[in-house]
Amino acid sequence: MQKKISNLPFKGTPEQEAKLKEVIAKYQDDPGAVMPVLQEAQDIYGYLPIEVQTMVAEGLNVPLEEVYGVSTFYSQFALSPKGKYNISVCLGTACYVKGSGDILNKLSEILGIEAEECTDDGLFSLTACRCIGACGLAPVITVNDDVYGRLTVDDVPGIIEKYKN
Amino acid sequence: MEMLNIKINGKDYTVEKNTTILEACHKFGIKIPTLCYLKEINEIGACRMCLCEVKGARSLVAACVYPIDRDGTEIFTNTPEIRKYRKTNLELLLSNHDKKCLSCPRNDNCELQQLCLEYKVDETKFQGEETHYEEDKSTLHLVRNNNKCILCRRCVAACKNQYVSVIGANNRGFDTAITCAFDKDLNEVSCVSCGQCTVVCPTGALVERDDTAKVFEAIADPAKHVVVHTAPSIRATLGECFGMPIGTNVTGKMTTALHMLGFDKVFDTNFGADLTIMEEGTEFIDRVQNGGTLPMITSCSPGWIKFCEHYYPDLIPHLSTCKSPQQMQGSMIKSYYAEKAGIDPKDIVVVSVMPCVAKKFEITRDDQGRDGMQDNDISISTRELAKMIKTAGIQFTELEDGEFDSLMGIGSGAGTIFGASGGVMEAALRTVADVLTGEDLEKFEYTEVRGMDDVKEATYNVAGIDVNVAVTSGLKNAAKLLDDIRAGKSKYHFIEVMCCPGGCINGGGQPIQPGHVRNFVDLREKRAEALYDDDRNLPFRKSHDNPEIKAIYDEYLEKPGSHKAHELLHTSYVERKKY
Repeated sequence: MQKKISNLPFKGTPEQEAKLKEVIAKYQDDPGAVMPVLQEAQDIYGYLPIEVQTMVAEGLNVPLEEVYGVSTFYSQFALSPKGKYNISVCLGTACYVKGSGDILNKLSEILGIEAEECTDDGLFSLTACRCIGACGLAPVITVNDDVYGRLTVDDVPGIIEKYKN
Repeated sequence: MEMLNIKINGKDYTVEKNTTILEACHKFGIKIPTLCYLKEINEIGACRMCLCEVKGARSLVAACVYPIDRDGTEIFTNTPEIRKYRKTNLELLLSNHDKKCLSCPRNDNCELQQLCLEYKVDETKFQGEETHYEEDKSTLHLVRNNNKCILCRRCVAACKNQYVSVIGANNRGFDTAITCAFDKDLNEVSCVSCGQCTVVCPTGALVERDDTAKVFEAIADPAKHVVVHTAPSIRATLGECFGMPIGTNVTGKMTTALHMLGFDKVFDTNFGADLTIMEEGTEFIDRVQNGGTLPMITSCSPGWIKFCEHYYPDLIPHLSTCKSPQQMQGSMIKSYYAEKAGIDPKDIVVVSVMPCVAKKFEITRDDQGRDGMQDNDISISTRELAKMIKTAGIQFTELEDGEFDSLMGIGSGAGTIFGASGGVMEAALRTVADVLTGEDLEKFEYTEVRGMDDVKEATYNVAGIDVNVAVTSGLKNAAKLLDDIRAGKSKYHFIEVMCCPGGCINGGGQPIQPGHVRNFVDLREKRAEALYDDDRNLPFRKSHDNPEIKAIYDEYLEKPGSHKAHELLHTSYVERKKY
């Protein structure tokens, strides 16, 4: 699956930038710096938009394209930010056999985004996660800290509606 | 050097230790098929076409990256099993390939197609999901069609070798594609337009923008006076498109073919090169004598100029203000020639034939041309000219030798060597030395700046002044010299930079030689030799001795560096963003 590139405006702060610069300085002379710097950059910003990747490329003196190649190869890196409400769908074994794949598809259809993406209004993001330890409630999703269990596909529109206002 | 006794397909051979299977086989007359391998710049063993068997090895090995390091190694290159694997490999590549071969610009010159022919591949063997990509037609110099891409990564390596790296493999698995960061079009990134990617692409995924239809249209228009001029290096490479040996000088046949195509005038860009030397030589002397910015760097190569503008904008003052030979020639055709021939320049269509695809971009630059007119209207590559000749049914190899037309048809030997790395420097030195000493010097071959080394440097004593010069080609090498200038460590007065490795003879618009040729033949050396040979046989070998150059200054431009010359033959540059 190709990673979706977020169109949301970049909202980085000077504090975040200062932190990233520290990270870059720490790895300056390390020939394999791109991976660890991207990991820490994602910790700082939550995702890796072009503004952040450009700072990484410039700071480490590697082509932006190379940084981008790494960020799209590994699933751990996100090119979209988390929404105000992050919906995690458990795809662990128990949830999966109980139909969480269909739940994910329904969410994806209603929100118009794929997993690891964020809606253009910044309200919802979608994450496919592994077992959250609530197998007895399978299939389970969480919306930020709220847990919803024993779901069917038909429950999905109602849950989304709840957070829209 | 340790020698090893090995067997290939049961026959005994001796090779140096650590020779790759691919190189060893080539030496003994066996061609191993390759798709991704490019000597020295893309040795990744990824395409799996070169699979061979090494007795005792657990699996088949990639010949391109397998060093032979044991005495007694037994290698098999052509067993039924190997043929089966290679064939399956091709069938899998075709399962996600846009197979519209008949209308593909690389039809007849495609390495994938050729291998499919050799391995009798069934293109319908594996049917399945296919990726679909929009063509990227955003730039003036090339078209990218990822539906034809086989992910060999040769283009990525070529781009990286130019220190540009605006394309790379992004995403993973079935979604992997060679794209720009954040899926931008090529015109949105700092691509320098060199076209090296188009020369190394084995298929039709990266091809020059085809402007031949525009040329045919202009020729067919009776209201248009169509003038063509051909760059120095075209004469050394065009023959390859017609099966002639690499390094054949085809000046005579080329001028005949251009006249037969219907161009009203056929001029030689060598004249423009000579004019460049007159202006650039004068500019250099002026900078040395009047405390101008040094080192001065040549400005003939539009890919190099764009690179400097994107990546080293602070060094723009070092660039010579001279237009490139293409632009000088076009400018003179639309002014000097138009006046002499009594033709309104608006009715003239100037077509340049260039070894380069960046020239397609250069002709459109705002800082070129005048009165709303471009100096050149259409720029086509060597490959496009060959296509036109073939379309017109002209039997190139059978042609009698012709000549360039007069007024701008004479080029000196100094002009002709512009096509090889070191040529501009040597040509400039030939003129600068004569001007400063006031003599007609007999020793004028500056061989130290010739050849294919990454950086060539020399110090010449010219009329009592020590001039430190450096010559480089390929942007990776240029970057080293530029970093030194930035750091204030450069000892040079004059630097020649050509964008493409080896200079124009290896330009992005030159004939495409398949991997199995370019990996084992130094195209640059053979093509350059044709130009140095041409130089030795020309009646005039210094730009200022060219009688047509003398005439244009006497009758039109007054003197090098004059006000009029500045108006018509000089230009300016702009800072561009890197991201």
